[in-house]
Amino acid sequence: MQLIEIQNISKWYGEFQVLTECSTSVAKGEVVVVCGPSGSGKSTLIKCVNALEPFQTGNITVNGISLSDKKTNLPKLRSRVGMVFQNFELFPHMTIIENMTIAQEKVLGRSKEDALTKGHALLKRVGLVEQTNKFPGQLSGGQQQRVAIARALAMDPMCMLFDEPTSALDPEMVNEVLDVMVALAEEGMTMMCVTHEMGFARKVANRVVFMDRGRIVEDAHKDEFFGSPRSERAQEFLSKILSH
Amino acid sequence: MSYNWNWPIFFSPVPSGETTYLFWLIEGLKFTVLLSLSAWVLALIVGSLAGVLRTVPNRFLSGAATAYVELFRNIPLLVQLFIWYFVMPELLPKSMGDAFKQSDPLFQQFVAAFVCLGLFTSARVAEQVRSGINSLPRGQKSAGLALGFTLPQTYRFVLLPMAFRIVIPPLTSEFLNIFKNSSVATTIGLIELSRQAQQLVDYTAQPYEAFIVVTALYLMINIIVMSLMRVVEGRVRVPGYMGGK
Amino acid sequence: MYEFDWSSIPGAIPLLLKGMLITLEISAVAIVVGIAWGTVLAVARISGVGILSKLAALYVNLFRSVPLIMVILWFYLITPELIRAIFGAGIGDIRLASALVAFALFEAAYYSEIIRAGIQSVPRGQMSAGLALGFTPGQTMRRIILPQAFRNMVPLLLTQAIILFQDTSLVYVIGLSDFFGTAYKVGDRDGRLVELLLFAGLVYFVICFTASRIVKRLQARYAID
Repeated sequence: MQLIEIQNISKWYGEFQVLTECSTSVAKGEVVVVCGPSGSGKSTLIKCVNALEPFQTGNITVNGISLSDKKTNLPKLRSRVGMVFQNFELFPHMTIIENMTIAQEKVLGRSKEDALTKGHALLKRVGLVEQTNKFPGQLSGGQQQRVAIARALAMDPMCMLFDEPTSALDPEMVNEVLDVMVALAEEGMTMMCVTHEMGFARKVANRVVFMDRGRIVEDAHKDEFFGSPRSERAQEFLSKILSH
Repeated sequence: MSYNWNWPIFFSPVPSGETTYLFWLIEGLKFTVLLSLSAWVLALIVGSLAGVLRTVPNRFLSGAATAYVELFRNIPLLVQLFIWYFVMPELLPKSMGDAFKQSDPLFQQFVAAFVCLGLFTSARVAEQVRSGINSLPRGQKSAGLALGFTLPQTYRFVLLPMAFRIVIPPLTSEFLNIFKNSSVATTIGLIELSRQAQQLVDYTAQPYEAFIVVTALYLMINIIVMSLMRVVEGRVRVPGYMGGK
Repeated sequence: MYEFDWSSIPGAIPLLLKGMLITLEISAVAIVVGIAWGTVLAVARISGVGILSKLAALYVNLFRSVPLIMVILWFYLITPELIRAIFGAGIGDIRLASALVAFALFEAAYYSEIIRAGIQSVPRGQMSAGLALGFTPGQTMRRIILPQAFRNMVPLLLTQAIILFQDTSLVYVIGLSDFFGTAYKVGDRDGRLVELLLFAGLVYFVICFTASRIVKRLQARYAID
């Protein structure tokens, strides 16, 4: 069963078309990596999946619920779709544990105790339990991103969206975040990841989607993609990214 | 210049004999503070609302908030005060207008000055709140929505707590301004500080003493407000964020 | 319901124009003197010369802590004495003179803060570069720093001018017939205060709104450079 179904999405900013008839899907338990040169529309596409970005034509369904349907309760849907951002986007005025619990309490209606228990367990899992009462500004970028992943997991999401989760990090912090993501993938979490980390893609991805200028140019099994990319653009992209 | 200083003048009785000139000054101080603080509350409420509305993704609401801000920013405070005091009672339904005009003059003056100062300042507060919200990283709003917060919840839990911390320094100067601007109420006869300064000049013929003391009182208000806001700023400081280390 | 009667406005136009002339005169003098004196204060404040920068700071903080109405009243009180002391006898109507002095000195305090921020927005390396080329500190300030600083602060200086233009209406407290004072007197005389006050508000709004739009456009253009 397809958990995320993207059908013929097109999107314009005024006159400028950022997405052109994009279609792909993510099955339950599948890990799909979306890559492509900057400005190719990959971040925009992933933000369409939980309706953070509106699109003009086409449709997206998540777990069978259509985003274009005006009756869809978007906040409720989003609460079940985890998202991790390039710049972490922890809430700077709340402690780490408050970041973990606020949406559990205010959105899911969990009790404070339940939210705290869940929050502590997840912090432990990402190895940050001793940072519980610090503020985001007091943590390193890698630590902040691990908290952000834990915050999303606290909502018991049915799938996770990652929007370039390592590209704002100093190189020495990339691996601590990727390790968390790999573990998550191995547990069977459904994931859609915009990333340039091809090592990660090789290791855990089922499929790779390659985008260029707002179009999905390639959508293939990872072995196929890395072994023999069909499009010239993808070949060029891979040789550039692998040569450094 | 030969000027006869007479500082004990503050302790001599006023013409009616009931009290001293010092008491007049205290009365003036009381009204300055009362008017400024109450108008400040109004300004914060209306200004925050208008500032938030200017940032929401709804053309009608943000347009209305923009029009509100432009209207109150581009008419002099004194003109606004006279419109509230002289014009509004005429434009109200007749019974309400008449009731207002027959009420205690002090009440009329205070209400007009309160509404005027509050709304005048709210337009400035709105501008600060708007720029505070806009100065937050765009991703913060997305992060709130992505967690399943509704837009109002995102404002309440994510955007506004940070925006208000950011705007405290510029709001401090608006808070100081409201005390200074409250002096405009002298023009409709409200017995606040600067009105009392003028009264003392008229009654005692000792203008310098009266002006010096009233000026000193304004300076004092300034210092108190600044120290107060510094305490507030320290209280809400976020560890690790911007100047908050 | 109130019945509007706008008929007393057309006849009052010459008077109102005369009032507007006074409003503009006070604004113009306050802007020109305010910016000049404000620049001196700003430079004194960041000069690093102890006593000079302290005095400038005292001046600025004092004027910024006191309501403009009090400043206007202060100068209305002091100016006649000064003129008497200098010229021996009282001369005519000193209200305009005292208002001009009050606004110029008051606005200088506000302008000096804008100018100080503008000067400090110029990278410190520019001062070093000027000195390295053999300019004196004074020359560097005048030829290198200030021209850049003024460019940065043009929008703020203009915005302050709009605020100042609105604030001139406060000369009402010393009975001067500027635009607003005239409008009030005409309304009072004809028993049409409601119409005259609304008319005055509209005129101020049109002028200030237009001016602030122009400033915004200028700002956008400067931002591109």
